[in-house]
Amino acid sequence: MMYDVAIIGGGVVGGMLARTLSSYKLKICILEKENDVAMGASKANSAIVHAGFDAEPGTLKAKLNVKGSEMMERTAKELGVKYKRNGSLVVGFSDEDKKRIEELHDRGVKNGVRELSILDSEELHTLEPNISPDAICALNAPTGAIICPYELTIAAIGNAMDNGADLKVNFEVSEINKIGAEFEIISSNGDRINAEYVVNAAGINADDVAAMAGETDIKIHPRRGEYILLDKTSGGVVSHTIFRTPSTMGKGILVTPTVDGNLLLGPTAEDVEDKNDTSTTADGLSNVLTRCTETTNGINLRDTITSFCGLRAVGNTGDFIINSPQEHFINAAGIESPGLSASPAIAEYIIEMLNNQGLELVKNENYNPIRKPAHYFREASVAEKNRIIAEDRTYGRIICRCEGVSEGEIREAIRTNPPARDLDGVKRRTRAQMGRCQGGFCMPYITGILAEELGVPYESITKNGGSSKLMTGKTKEEQGI
Amino acid sequence: MTELVIIGGGPAGMSAAIAAYENGIRDILILERDERLGGILQQCIHNGFGLHRFGEELTGPEYAWRYEERVRELSIPFKLNTMVLDISEDKVITAANPTDGIFRIQAKAVILAMGCRERSRGALNISGTRPAGVYSAGTAQKLVNMKGFMPGKKVVILGSGDIGLIMARRMSLEGAEVKAVCELMPYSGGLARNIEQCLNDFNIPLLLSHTVVKIHGKKRVEGVTIAKVDDKGKPIEETRQFIECDTLLLSVGLIPENELTKSAGIDINKITNGASVTQSRETSIPGVFACGNVLHVHDLVDYVSEEAEIAGKNAALYINGELKNEVDIPIDTDGKVRYTVPQRITEKKDTKVFFRVANVYENAEIKVYSGDEVIFKTRKPKVAPGEMQCITLKEQQLENAEKLSIGLEVL
Ligand SMILES: Cc1cc2nc3c(=O)[nH]c(=O)nc-3n(C[C@H](O)[C@H](O)[C@H](O)COP(=O)(O)OP(=O)(O)OC[C@H]3O[C@@H](n4cnc5c(N)ncnc54)[C@H](O)[C@@H]3O)c2cc1C
Ligand SMILES: Cc1cc2nc3c(=O)[nH]c(=O)nc-3n(C[C@H](O)[C@H](O)[C@H](O)COP(=O)(O)OP(=O)(O)OC[C@H]3O[C@@H](n4cnc5c(N)ncnc54)[C@H](O)[C@@H]3O)c2cc1C
Repeated sequence: MMYDVAIIGGGVVGGMLARTLSSYKLKICILEKENDVAMGASKANSAIVHAGFDAEPGTLKAKLNVKGSEMMERTAKELGVKYKRNGSLVVGFSDEDKKRIEELHDRGVKNGVRELSILDSEELHTLEPNISPDAICALNAPTGAIICPYELTIAAIGNAMDNGADLKVNFEVSEINKIGAEFEIISSNGDRINAEYVVNAAGINADDVAAMAGETDIKIHPRRGEYILLDKTSGGVVSHTIFRTPSTMGKGILVTPTVDGNLLLGPTAEDVEDKNDTSTTADGLSNVLTRCTETTNGINLRDTITSFCGLRAVGNTGDFIINSPQEHFINAAGIESPGLSASPAIAEYIIEMLNNQGLELVKNENYNPIRKPAHYFREASVAEKNRIIAEDRTYGRIICRCEGVSEGEIREAIRTNPPARDLDGVKRRTRAQMGRCQGGFCMPYITGILAEELGVPYESITKNGGSSKLMTGKTKEEQGI
Repeated sequence: MTELVIIGGGPAGMSAAIAAYENGIRDILILERDERLGGILQQCIHNGFGLHRFGEELTGPEYAWRYEERVRELSIPFKLNTMVLDISEDKVITAANPTDGIFRIQAKAVILAMGCRERSRGALNISGTRPAGVYSAGTAQKLVNMKGFMPGKKVVILGSGDIGLIMARRMSLEGAEVKAVCELMPYSGGLARNIEQCLNDFNIPLLLSHTVVKIHGKKRVEGVTIAKVDDKGKPIEETRQFIECDTLLLSVGLIPENELTKSAGIDINKITNGASVTQSRETSIPGVFACGNVLHVHDLVDYVSEEAEIAGKNAALYINGELKNEVDIPIDTDGKVRYTVPQRITEKKDTKVFFRVANVYENAEIKVYSGDEVIFKTRKPKVAPGEMQCITLKEQQLENAEKLSIGLEVL
């Protein structure tokens, strides 16, 4: 198959790019090595749309963060993704912190961040009564927001597909050859596609993919970030995103509500070797706790529902590495934080580069930027829900009791672009299995629905593709023993 | 308006419905989210149910069927596939199902019988990867007994609760290798008979004071690291040990399913995680009763049925305006006795008090005080957290009581 543009990596960067490109008359293909999109950093991060005060003025990070964060509200709205401008607070505990906060304020102003101010202890505690009484000041950034990062990625890719883009999952790019004016891209299974332009948005593996195209200067190393997620009963502990005053290892451990009403604590920052190792550690999790309870009161560990880990793709320049070492091949590497916030702006930036290299941009007049929200049913009025149930009874059958997700919504997630094909895919699209019982109750039912929708045997359903099989076989009775 | 709405059609819900019927109530509706009545018993195909009630050993489905049959005989209405979404303070119930959509019912009285759920991995914060092959024991039980699929071949079980013990045997019978059952505490939380019949009979080691500290394997479980814990429950570094396995089953506790209860604003007891109730199993909202595992976790279904009958009968009295709340005598506990059900006495009559203890105690004396005066005492050769205890206070013992407390002394 011959494409105009092939995008390697189905994360938020690849996804936003695909979506924006699909507004032009172009044949686009997203290549993703996993069984689903949003399986890398875009599914495990702090989910903050940063205001943009953190990055060094003049860097790509600063420029694209501020612009991306301004674009995000509209983007989220079009894609039907939950987004909330809850505001960020950087809390200081010492005179030293206070100095740092003043610097951040000035830096933010230079970067073009609006509405920044510095709060004294009283203002801070009026705004957030659960902040430790030891806090003396805070940087207040009302333009900071929260979003659901995997929902955004899935919606962007779904919208791109609705507008004609192709998605190939289980396509791990292992070889890239330039043949005449075209690139030939080969997967580890031997599948191949051809494209005139290639964008490398392979996250933590972007250096390896760049090397396949001959660029060996990019180096990326993984930095682990561990999180603890608390039940919705804890979601109201704070309403803003609470940062500590930053150190050299990133923005420090934060406490934030999520758009779904949970409370998120983390991340740690620890350099690691293995790009596949998203395991959590006992030390990391206990570190998260200690640090969070230093800033915020009222955190109840008994409300923990899960812990997880994301890997930051730390590049060797300190900035996003968006370059084109050879014609028609663009790298989007080292996209660490604030990559999520910047993603809509990164997409425009790359498209401008592609255009400068000759990619013709003709408006696709059928382009529809709107995607039906994945949570449409959940948020509908009772009358509207009943109208839908009357049309399709499966919407009246609740499968996930903790999050109240119906069979209809699960089937819809398997039928909508990009289709869910495994348990985790259903989870990220519908929230089924994401509640306090973590799928203990509904997993056997969802497995059955997946098997039915995909037309495959029950025991072939996986947690997240590959060898993540849920069952090892049938019982003796079922085998007729 | 429906006189009595019962939420949950497990053994508790069914027993309560039958008791209410037998006490004269006809306008009853059971709401059950599953496709069948019977609750968790449907998947408990082992026997050991009903020894107290029926004097015989039934399997879970057999026990449940005895009640379901009676519900059908009496033509007590029930709606299946019906999930209750909300209960308001004034007893308006919102529910959803495929045929009626989302609907509301105003009830005169409500009985909560929603059962419990299992604690998940997340709540334990075990570090490591998040692969396929980590299941709660009840989920595994459902896969094996209801779906006919094996969740794995080489199994480690964390937690020695009854479901874990039962699944150790079930998986062994199905040809899986159960390598160990690790229990954080120095004693098992399961019934003694289950340890004998499910572990010892199959030569499965029970490692007390051990826990799983790490899960390995990217896509599917490849092993776990276990370690012995010190007396504060902290893993001891030198005792870390890797066990190869493809499955980790968790049997680490049950949590009463009280989201609806909480959203209705009903007082919850911090220890049971269930509503705090009077003798008649009435919660802090008059006319709302609770029974079974939603109230506190039971090990024997026989007690569930007994408790549900109390709730059903008193709901009938409430509906007829005859429920008496003459006094209000709280029952305190000393910590060695962790909790009691009921938590308050509202009528001076013979009363069974159920309780659990905090640790394993041998040669223990249970004492009930009214102020400083001991009004009841009894000796038990051995008590353990895994086995619910029960005493009966007589009407005359309660005669002068204003405040009760219950405690345990090791002799
Ligand atoms: C702990 C942590 C916290 C963060 N917090 C924030 C935050 O609060 N706000 C913010 O703005 N940003 C945050 N970020 C940064 C943000 O998450 C990333 O910048 C963003 O998700 C990067 O998206 P991506 O598409 O480049 O990478 P990814 O999401 O990692 O996507 C890359 C994709 O490429 C695929 N892939 C890799 N190799 C190949 C191959 N050979 N062939 C095919 N496919 C391949 C991967 O499977 C993956 O799906 C955080 C990051 C981390 C790790
Ligand atoms: C694996 C296992 C092994 C056991 N072994 C034994 C044994 O050997 N011997 C013994 O005597 N006892 C045993 N027990 C204990 C006994 O089975 C339970 O105590 C008993 O089933 C509890 O009954 P219940 O009605 O309170 O709860 P459940 O049986 O859990 O029933 C609750 C019902 O409420 C429904 N429900 C919940 N929420 C809603 C809602 N919002 N809307 C509508 N419906 C709802 C549920 O679907 C369920 O059907 C065992 C229990 C388990 C789990």
